[in-house]
This record gives sequence, structure tokens and C-alpha cells, in this order.
Amino acid sequence: MANKIPRVPVREQDPKVRATNFDEVCHGYNKEEAMLEASRCLHCKNPRCVGACPVNLQIPDFIAKVVEGDIQGAAEVIARDSSLPAVCGRVCPQETQCEGSCILGVKGEPVAIGKLERFVADNSEHVASGAKATKAKVAVIGSGPAGLACASDLAKWGYDVTIFEALHKAGGVLEYGIPEFRLPKEKVLKKEIDAVRALGVKIETNVIIGRTITIDKLMDEEGFKAVFIGTGAGLPKFMGIPGENLCGVFSANEFLTRNNLMKAYREDYLTPIHAGKKVCVVGGGNVAMDAARTALRLGAEVHIVYRRTEAELPARKEEVHHAEQEGIIFDMLTNPVEILGDEKGWVRALKCVKMELGEPDESGRRSPVAIEGSEFEIPTETVIMALGTSPNPLISRTTAGLDVTRRGCLVADESGATTRPGVFAGGDAVTGAATVILAMGAGRTAARAIDEYLNK
Amino acid sequence: MYQILTKEMLTPNICRMKVSAQRLAAAAQPGQFLIVRADEKGERIPLTISDYDAKEGTVTIVTQKIGASSSDIIAHEPGEAFSDVVGPLGNASDFCSMPAEELAGQRYVFIAGGVGTAPVYPQVKWLHEHNVPVDVIVGARNKDLLIYVEEFRSVADNLYICTDDGSEGFHGVGTAMLEKLVAEGRKYTQAVAIGPMIMMKFSTLTCKKLGIPIIVSLNSLMVDGTGMCGACRVTVGGKTRFACVEGPEFDGYEVDFDEAMRRQGQYKSEEAEANEHHVCKIGRGK
Repeated sequence: MANKIPRVPVREQDPKVRATNFDEVCHGYNKEEAMLEASRCLHCKNPRCVGACPVNLQIPDFIAKVVEGDIQGAAEVIARDSSLPAVCGRVCPQETQCEGSCILGVKGEPVAIGKLERFVADNSEHVASGAKATKAKVAVIGSGPAGLACASDLAKWGYDVTIFEALHKAGGVLEYGIPEFRLPKEKVLKKEIDAVRALGVKIETNVIIGRTITIDKLMDEEGFKAVFIGTGAGLPKFMGIPGENLCGVFSANEFLTRNNLMKAYREDYLTPIHAGKKVCVVGGGNVAMDAARTALRLGAEVHIVYRRTEAELPARKEEVHHAEQEGIIFDMLTNPVEILGDEKGWVRALKCVKMELGEPDESGRRSPVAIEGSEFEIPTETVIMALGTSPNPLISRTTAGLDVTRRGCLVADESGATTRPGVFAGGDAVTGAATVILAMGAGRTAARAIDEYLNK
Repeated sequence: MYQILTKEMLTPNICRMKVSAQRLAAAAQPGQFLIVRADEKGERIPLTISDYDAKEGTVTIVTQKIGASSSDIIAHEPGEAFSDVVGPLGNASDFCSMPAEELAGQRYVFIAGGVGTAPVYPQVKWLHEHNVPVDVIVGARNKDLLIYVEEFRSVADNLYICTDDGSEGFHGVGTAMLEKLVAEGRKYTQAVAIGPMIMMKFSTLTCKKLGIPIIVSLNSLMVDGTGMCGACRVTVGGKTRFACVEGPEFDGYEVDFDEAMRRQGQYKSEEAEANEHHVCKIGRGK
């Protein structure tokens, strides 16, 4: 019986070793392991995993190819629905999506769909080739997951697609946000972006829409017939507590961008970065884990400071587990109230209060309440704020007719249509900070809406 | 790639380059800045825009040799190219969006110091083209470090040169020159100071004393320049603002200069080390 085989464990770098380098944590399956794991799939008649995937990847179909040892064939199945399988296999929250709905997971361990997707992507050649661009010009703003997914579909259907990227490198959060040890840039990300380029998508870097050129000019003067905005949620939040502008307080965005995009960890790059001997990371999401594990690799003792308990950490279980293995210290039920500085204006300690969990709030999670008189100080050299991000207002402020919500998110309907005709949006720019795969799903949905709009 | 068309050393440490950047040149306005990344391994360095020509598709940048990255920029020669030039960043100066009738009543004075003199030029030029009277006070340590003197002669109503050592023009700092002019009866509706943080701080103190509103242009640390990293945050009027997207120009009266100066020096030790020899950054704390 296929389902009697236990889930095939995946090989990883030893935690002690990987805490000192930026190489990828997970080695992934080899072909033998992948084929064995693939054989566990029951090929359900109504596969729940497909419905749970934001891009509706035909999971049992690609797994069937892996069982046969036809890896290129599996890649072809995946390519119909996803342009970033090597990325998604690594960073998707599979436990709440495909694997979370796998029938095998009811009594045992679900099929390792993410690890299989990754194996296929890493061990196959570029599949898709673009149709000749014979249709209208479409501008895609932002080269993150939403933009890449949208651009890929449109290029496959024959549209003349240009992606505009504000930074000097394509990839968005995949490039500046997610660290090398989770998503290798040259080996994995570049390969997938090259595949998008191979579809005929042009990528113009160093163009900040709203500053370098506006959406109006793209449409009126450069002949773009439709625009997709996938600019993500890039603005860092701060707590608004005293001492936040001391030297040694950074947003997770700054810390990670210096290390990922600007390669501060490499001695051949000029970028400076400051971790020091001890770092407190405030927050409990994936970005907090990424910042903490980066600081650890730069040589610091690292504390995660979070106001609820470990059970409420919004980060993926796997990331929390990896962080614990590597020696990150978790200070739970702890909330900063002030950052204390020395006479030179540098951080010397984080002043916190102890919290306890009270009544459930709107999100259904028990809300943390400060315990009176519980103030204490954690001596630290560096504080990294990882409290979430919100969309950049640059485009909404410089484009007429584009409505935003109170929280700064672009208003768009289910298809991605904004309040301005011909302008579509999706991903974190619409939803606020979420996941790579949800952004890709939104990019694909908007691509269909753009196709319909242009064929009207 | 962004080709370098011309290059000249204005002083032994300050270099002017004209760079090809079509889209940027077409969008640039006075008061804005750009970011240069000289090559693959370089930092993203924010620089002020000293001039722009939409027709030619060029921007002019003026760089002072400070650390390893600015030295790399200066080491480039005409015919070579920078990996990346992006912008324009930040907001245009307030006067760009001022109604004509409001503009008509203005009389500006600029206090320019060091390499900050260069970005004053497009502002003065713009005001001159819009018939707004404008005086310029240029300060430097000595006459060999003065820049943009000839350029200002053609666009400023009055140009006042100040040197710390008295080797040319007024013997003293720019703020002393401003006090002298006001004492002599000159009236200004608006002052603008661009230069080292400490000079902008003292210009603000002087203007406060003289009752003249002052705008300063903050050259904070930045990585992306689009509001993403927050490295450039400054306290203005008791609130945290991002110099890259909300600035770079702010009301000088409201700026916490002491904090801004401390924050600007955050990576000083790293920069100094990078100048001396390269440093392995992994495991530094242990």
C-alpha cells in the first residue's frame, strides 16, 4: 500500500554549521527520494490539494510524472499554472494550503508537495516558450511574485509585456526580502526570472512609477493599453515608541535589503551592515524569522521579542523550527515599550513589559494584555522592527482615479480591476502583506481580466 | 547601463559628471535627487541632481570623495558606464508648485556649503527663469574648494562668496554673511540651506534669529530611496518622517538636526574600515 510509506524526510544542513553560513538550509530531495515520496500520493478523484492552491497547480498530475521518473514531464505540467515553481516549492506555506488539505494528512503525514515541486523545478529545463508578441502592449509595475505571474500569463497569450522595476534587480521581495539561505538568488531565483524573460517579457529596472514616469504617461504617450500594479507592500511599520530613531534601530526591510539585495554578508560587496553582539527582533512573522536568522549568521546572539505566545506566532512552523534549531532565543509574552540609548545616541537596551493573554480579539486570537509593574530591560546593541509592512503610496498619489482604502491598499474587485479603467492590481498592494503564492494567484487572475478587457 | 559623457574635477575631491539617463532626465525637477550604483558590488549612493537636460537625456551629478563607494563613482571615466542610475527621487522644491502670484512676491536667499552647492544651482536657475529675485551665498573652507561660482554668476541676482580663511570674498561663514546682508537692510521671504548637516543646523539657528523661514535639504542615509527601508528617517516637528519620499526638503525650524547627524554617522566605522582594507562581516560579533 502506497500510503504505508512514511513521508520521506528531507536532508538539511546541520543547524550548528548553517548558523555560520548563508548557504541554503534545505538540500532538497534526490531523484530516488522524490520518486519514493511521489509514490505516496493517492491520486484522489477530487484532489483537495488543487483547490487549496492559489494558482490551482495540477498537483496529482505532476506527481504522477515524478512517479514515472519523468521529471521534465512533471515540469511541463507545473509550467501550465506556475512560473515560479522553484520559489514556491521553497517559500509557500504548504501546511495551510496543498499539504494542509492532503487526505493523507488526516491520519498521518501529508505528501511533501512543496519538496516535490522544488525537486522538479531544480531538476528540469525551462519549459515554456513565449508566443510571438502580436497583441497589445501591457505594462506590469513591480517584478515581484504578482507581477511575474501576471506577465508570464500575458506573454504566453501573445501580449507585448514590459515589467517596470524600481530597484536595480528584478524579483521584488524574493530578491530584497527573503534571505539566501531560504531562497538562493543566483541558482534559483535568477533561473526562474530568466524563464519569464524567455517568454518574451521585457524587464526595465530602475524605473520608479510615480517618479521616473507616471501611469498616465505610460498609457497616453508610450502606448500601453493596460497596466497591472503589483507593487507589493514595501513600507515598514514602526511601533511609535520612544527611542525608535536611535542609532542601531532598523526596520527588518533595511536589515534584510542590505543583506539580500545589497549582499552585505559578502566581503566582496561594499554594503555596510550592523548587527553587533546582541540583537532583538521585534515581531513574530516570517520576516522576523528571516531577520533573526540573518543576524545570527552575522555573528550575533539573537532574541525574538513577541507579545503573544509561541502558539500565535504568525510565521510558518518550519521557519520557527529552523530558527529554534539554530539557537534563536524566543522571548514570548514580551512587548517593548521604549528603546533606551547611550550617551552617543546608540541603542543600549530594550525596555519591555511582560504580557498575559486575555480575551479573544476580532482575529479570534487571545489578545495580549500588559502585566502592571512588569517592566524590565533587555540589554542589546541592535533592535530590528519586523512589525509588518503596508503598500507604498507613490503610485496611488500620482495616478488620477485610483482609489485606496483607509489602510493604503489599492481598491480592486475580484478580477483585479481598480477604480480606473484599464488599470488592474493584485498581490500585497491590494491585500496588504500576505504570501508569495497569494500574490501570484492574484497576478494570474488579473491577467485573465486584462485579456478580457483588451478583447472587449 | 548609464554612460558617462563628461567628467571634470571641480576640486581635488569633488567631481562633476554628465550621465546619460533618458527617463530620469525627462522627469527631474529642482530639489530632487537620484541614486547611483557604480558597479555590481557597489552601494546605492544617493546624490543630488545638479542639472538635467530632457532633450539630451542627461543628468549632471556632483560627487565628493568620502568613502569607498564615492571613490568608485569618481574612478569612472567618460565612455564607461554606471550599472544603475535611478530617480528622480524625493519631492520637487515647494516653489515648483507655487501659484504665479505667490511666486511673484518672493525673494530667495540660498546658503550653499561644500558639495551641497551643486544642487542649489538648478533651484536658482529655475527661480531665475521664473523671474524670482534670488541671492546666493556660497561658502567653502578656502578659495580652492569653491565650486559653481561661474554658473551662479549667470543666474543669481547677487552672488556672495565666503571663505573660512578669507582667501576669497567675505572672511567668515555663510551665516555671518547672511546676518550682514540683513543688517544692511536686505529682506528675504525665504532662505534655503543645502550643505553639511552642521551647516544647515547653524543656518537654521541664524534664520530663526532673523525671522526668515528656512528650508533645508537632508542628505540622510538611504538604501532604496523609495520609502522601503526607513534608514533615512528623521524627526521633523516631533514626528518621524522618511527623507526619501517625504523630503528631502523640510522646514528647517522643525528638524531635529542633532539626531539627524547621529543617524548619518551610523555606519562610519564600517566605512572607515572599508576604506582601509576589506573586512569579513560574518561572525563579527562572536
